[in-house]
Amino acid sequence: MFPEYDVIVVGAGHAGSEAAAAAANLGSKVLLITMNMQTIGQMSCNPAMGGIAKGQIVREIDALGGYSGIVTDESMIQFRMLNKSKGPAMWSPRAQNDRMLFASKWREMLENTPNVDFYQDMVKSIIIKNNRACGVVTGLGNEIKAKSVVVTSGTFLNGIIHIGEKKLGGGRAGENAATGITEQLVTFGFEADRLKTGTPPRVDGRSLDYTKMEEQRGDEEITGFSYLDVKKITPAEQRSCYITYTSEQVHDMLKTGFDRSPMYTGRIEGVGPRYCPSIEDKINRFADRDRHQLFVEPEGFNTVEIYVNGFSTSLPDEVQYKALSMVPGFENVRFFRPGYAIEYDYFPPTQLTYSLETKIISHLFFAGQINGTTGYEEAACQGLIAGINAHQKAKELEPFILKRSDAYVGVLIDDLISKGTEEPYRMFTSRAEYRTLLRQDNADLRLTPMSYRLGLAKQERMENVLAKEDAVKRIRKTLNEFAIDPSEANQYLESIGSAVLTEKQRANKLLLRPNIDLAAMINAMPSLAAALANETADSLEQTEIQVKYERYIEKEQELVTKLSQMEEAIIPDSFDYSKVGSLSNEALQKFNKIKPRTLGQASRISGVNPSDVQILMVYMGR
Amino acid sequence: MHGKLAGWNDTITALATPQGIGAIGVIRVSGTAAIDIVNELFPSKDLTAQPSHTLHVGFLKSGEVLLDEVVVALFKAPKSFTGENVVEISCHGSHYIQEQVLAQLVKQGARIAKPGEFTQRAFINGKMDLTQAEAVADIIASNTEASKRNALQNIRGGFSHTLKQLRDQLISFSALIELELDFSQEDVTFADRPQLFRLLDEALVQVNKLLQSFKLGNVIKNGVQVAIIGKPNAGKSTLLNTLLNEERAIVSDIAGTTRDTIEEVLNINGVLFRLIDTAGIREHTSDVIETIGVEKSMAKMREADIVLYLYDITQTTAAELQAMEAQFAAEHLQYLLVANKADQLPNTYSPAGNGKLVTISAKNEQGIEDLKQQLFKLAVSENLQTDQTLVTNARHVAALQEVYTALQDIRDALDNNIPGDLLAIDIRRCLHFLGEITGEVTNEDQLDYIFSKFCIGK
Repeated sequence: MFPEYDVIVVGAGHAGSEAAAAAANLGSKVLLITMNMQTIGQMSCNPAMGGIAKGQIVREIDALGGYSGIVTDESMIQFRMLNKSKGPAMWSPRAQNDRMLFASKWREMLENTPNVDFYQDMVKSIIIKNNRACGVVTGLGNEIKAKSVVVTSGTFLNGIIHIGEKKLGGGRAGENAATGITEQLVTFGFEADRLKTGTPPRVDGRSLDYTKMEEQRGDEEITGFSYLDVKKITPAEQRSCYITYTSEQVHDMLKTGFDRSPMYTGRIEGVGPRYCPSIEDKINRFADRDRHQLFVEPEGFNTVEIYVNGFSTSLPDEVQYKALSMVPGFENVRFFRPGYAIEYDYFPPTQLTYSLETKIISHLFFAGQINGTTGYEEAACQGLIAGINAHQKAKELEPFILKRSDAYVGVLIDDLISKGTEEPYRMFTSRAEYRTLLRQDNADLRLTPMSYRLGLAKQERMENVLAKEDAVKRIRKTLNEFAIDPSEANQYLESIGSAVLTEKQRANKLLLRPNIDLAAMINAMPSLAAALANETADSLEQTEIQVKYERYIEKEQELVTKLSQMEEAIIPDSFDYSKVGSLSNEALQKFNKIKPRTLGQASRISGVNPSDVQILMVYMGR
Repeated sequence: MHGKLAGWNDTITALATPQGIGAIGVIRVSGTAAIDIVNELFPSKDLTAQPSHTLHVGFLKSGEVLLDEVVVALFKAPKSFTGENVVEISCHGSHYIQEQVLAQLVKQGARIAKPGEFTQRAFINGKMDLTQAEAVADIIASNTEASKRNALQNIRGGFSHTLKQLRDQLISFSALIELELDFSQEDVTFADRPQLFRLLDEALVQVNKLLQSFKLGNVIKNGVQVAIIGKPNAGKSTLLNTLLNEERAIVSDIAGTTRDTIEEVLNINGVLFRLIDTAGIREHTSDVIETIGVEKSMAKMREADIVLYLYDITQTTAAELQAMEAQFAAEHLQYLLVANKADQLPNTYSPAGNGKLVTISAKNEQGIEDLKQQLFKLAVSENLQTDQTLVTNARHVAALQEVYTALQDIRDALDNNIPGDLLAIDIRRCLHFLGEITGEVTNEDQLDYIFSKFCIGK
């Protein structure tokens, strides 16, 4: 009934869908197995993509030839570029999406990808021979062979949903949990643990009074996520979100449910994320705050369903309802469904290599929440890397690995496999030491050439990159040579309170002034506008960033170069740490477990002291 | 890339005390076989059966040939300086005997240690961090109490501790900056500018304190160069003899210093003062200022940390002194005016007034103690405390300088409303450079540098 596949992907969320697309686009024959064909590319939690650090990740996925950027662009109902007042490394695109459109777009793109087959069933175990994965066994008993297997189980592995004292098995509201894989892998020596996450209630938008809330509109300009020319909504078509607040009255009502809260009665064992607490956690831990912000987010163009961002909870449903009714604008609220907490299995990611292959079983790859992460973007980028490497492994090719100085994706994977995680791992820009290099505006310049060489990014993407590079060179040259006449500039300079010119000045020098931007300069100075008339906004912005922030970019580049010695010092797989008798016990254990690939990675393992790395360095004769 | 360290598990040995004549020489042996090797030469007792941290008196013999009567100290791994088995043999201070003992140890399987190798092993065995390892180098180079005290303070980790405080300060500062970046969309209160400036200034003060201490640390480690100048017959050689005669007994205790240097070294409160160009004064052949000219004498004085201007109180006018002072000030020289021959003006002798003037009688040894205390104050200021953390290492100063520059960049950037993500680059540079001192970020160049600085035997 089934041919032998190159790659089987288990699960069709953000990780699984990217994995299937990447492997297939590289030329693998792929089977995507999901428990429910109707929930491919489902947004289980909030209907939004991107945000700070996450937006950068989506841009990177797109630059590498993944689908998330395109899907997001084509299904967005609102777009905002966050942190625009800060430096360019912080500019972070964020979209509200139409949940249903997002999922159907994903399915459409996958169906249009040659080499992707679909099958609806639960995978209950992996076929493992000689510590090598070579297929899966489904709930119906089908054995399907493959050279590589990617598991993206999300919250489904032994998922348990908690609402107050009610406790039901399930991977998502209304969907069954998956069983079997954890139990099987543990017998092979895998370590598994539990994590917890939560989601807020969904309510009927027709029952809300928006006049009591603040409106939050989309940007006037929509730049989107994909570097390709994708059809997006116009600014005028955007939907607004709304902001409202809880009150002490709301908090008091919520507290009446604490004695039945699965969090406080100890029924939940898993660890939840500190940066995404439930509303009960917020009022408990920050007792001095008399109100908390809630974002009222529409779930799509053609639905009245509303996502109440900031009100994640697992309190009894009638307490949720009574408390939310006390929030301004929610007096007549009707619930579609209550919020809940969900516990699920994950495999501490220190059991993985840089290619996201497991160390214990070869040809087996993990991506997404199974690795302890949270977030669609974090899942999707892992899926992409796992999909690429499952293909590489199936075809006996070298793994594709991104460094910390290459991409947020590189930071994420290095963090996961070197440090592991105790709580659901989310990306922050502060995790990236080379943040100024890893910007949303240059993900294509950074990554598309690599992906093109690999064979994933298509010709069109590469041509765009080459054109952009040429344009930047050309614009830089113009700015370096173009002398601005005081007569042309001074009126504009005066108007923004900047010192006037007394003699001609080169455009690139003027651009370095803090409150001056290139668009305004072009606007104010017709001769400069003429000189740059044929350049695209994207290329102009790219050049402006490179010129304006050159000093900072160079500073970071210097650090990359300086530390590259450590990153390039490969520790042989066969290295025997026990021979280095003087390592601390903890370092010895960690080194043996994680088997760092480089001295750089060794230095980032938690619990390893600098002196341990120095010892290693001296011992290795460096 | 260098080859792996020669013979990782072998046993090394070297003379641990300075070469030359002394009452006792200590030979250190370190490595797995250290105790076995010494045991072969120590017939009176089975050393392998003795507990750690014990002393044993006996004869060292090579077969029937008596080498020396020695005291042997045993330190078993890991409770030793290097973390390995260590034996320290205290033998008599004859060069010949020491060479004989070393030769026999080598014959039994030990290897002569390379410079810095004992410390390298201690470092590799986790016995000390990088700053501590460097402090050992300082101790080896140190020959006064204050210098040793400072080096010991570093070994105990005082310097690392101060740096850790600084690191913590910077981390809290950067956390506030990061909060605004990653959580700008959250409903939280961000740090206000006065708060950021305050944190930054605290860090700047801390770094500056460490940097300033380098001057002091350097003085303690390398001594203070002092030039005595003055007209003929001002009494320079009398002063020199008075100063040195008194000190000779103390100074000659310092092992390893030659007679030549002893004659020119003063030890005041544990700090070394080196009197430069004293030969000329002694020989009465020339007067610095008059024979080699003002320019050249100034060049000499510029080599000095402190200039002592000695004059005859009975024959010097106020105008002359003022002219000298103006010249010193123009050259930014630290100086003391020393009025000599107070004995010839009955009842006019009085202790120094403004701190720049000391009245003495070199001949009658009056005011000499006062002169020394003034010298000491001028050299190390008054705030030398035994528990103060001092920076004595040039590599540390270079890194701290980078930290300071980065902090100032941050301050400028804050002043200019530069966005936080760009500020953060400088904060990371700060932490990175701090790491270069504590060893958290390191590379082979640093290690090569550190270990090449160690002399044999430690």
